[in-house]
Amino acid sequence: MTLAVLGTAAAGYLLATRRTAWPPLRSLSWLLGLVVVAVALTGPLAAAHGDLRAHMAGHLLVGMVAPVSLVLARPVTLALRTLPRRAARALAGILRSAPVRVLTDPFVATALNVGGLWLLYRTGLLGAMLHDPGLHLLVSVHVLLTGWLATAAVLAVEPMPHRRSAAVRAGALAAGMAAHDVLAKTLYAHPPAGVLDASAGARLMYDGGTVVHVLVAALLWRQWYRSRETVRAAALARA
Amino acid sequence: MTEPRAGRRRLLVSGLLFGAGTMGAIDEIVFHQLLHWHHFYDRASGAAGLVSDGLLHAATWSATVAGLALLADLRRRRSFVPGTWWGAVLVGAGAFQVWDGVVHHKLLRLHQVRYGVDVTGYDLAWVAGGVVLLAVGAVLLRRGRPVPVP
Repeated sequence: MTLAVLGTAAAGYLLATRRTAWPPLRSLSWLLGLVVVAVALTGPLAAAHGDLRAHMAGHLLVGMVAPVSLVLARPVTLALRTLPRRAARALAGILRSAPVRVLTDPFVATALNVGGLWLLYRTGLLGAMLHDPGLHLLVSVHVLLTGWLATAAVLAVEPMPHRRSAAVRAGALAAGMAAHDVLAKTLYAHPPAGVLDASAGARLMYDGGTVVHVLVAALLWRQWYRSRETVRAAALARA
Repeated sequence: MTEPRAGRRRLLVSGLLFGAGTMGAIDEIVFHQLLHWHHFYDRASGAAGLVSDGLLHAATWSATVAGLALLADLRRRRSFVPGTWWGAVLVGAGAFQVWDGVVHHKLLRLHQVRYGVDVTGYDLAWVAGGVVLLAVGAVLLRRGRPVPVP
């Protein structure tokens, strides 16, 4: 079931790329993101019940690594460019709608993402999830989607109803990183009941989170660096 | 006319961010990873210690990356002045060190430089190191000040 959904996502994206000039690196990034999700949800990581370290490795892949790869593939831009005109117009309308405008605000998206993690790890949800595969899948999908939303809002590579400055987006990213790190530390200090390897899991969350957060910050600032070049070239052309 | 001044302000922001950020990262690497004087979590400090650790970790790494990005842009614009930038880096690093030593270690008592020994000497060395960095940075910044046009 999971693999069928991921396979459809891969096929749909690849078919769409044939209708427009599309950099192959983006397609690669999309496929890589889907493979990461597949590995985390169907591989041995998903089968390790009650082991917080395995769980955390899966969560890092689904909630942080895969979203970066999927966002860089710019699926919304691809859809807008290749969908039939009416469907593309409808999609553009949705992107401009009030709920999407609120959800894609970097601070709102980041709060949803990290808030969900706090709920998951600091309530009884974790225990229930580790013993119920259906609930596990549902939570994983939620982690993937909110991670994607937050990464998309912070990196802002797709058409957005609003564009926040790089400094504001970097601030949202840093705030999310802080909440993530504090959560990892509290998991280490006060491990949830009924899990194995809690301290190793918390360290993995902390260290892995740092690596991906710094990577996203570097991508964000690289983008800013490049956009400054465009701004300056335009100013020179006017002068 | 505004261009050099704006350039200098960005130079200062870049240096301060990078200095404070890397100082935090250096503290973390040296004292946590290499010396093992600090711990991932020490049971004495409680919730406030956890929160401040997480906040500082996120803030220092974010500041380092942002400071480097601003530096890259300054160099491309040829408005990089080494003396001023390094001055700002040292001021940022020193300010972080003093703040960490006085507020975190002593006033809030979140964690200590080292455990199981008399920490007075370590505390003095920690804060004095910060003050020296601050002072050297301030001298560099003074020397790099733009000469006022009459």
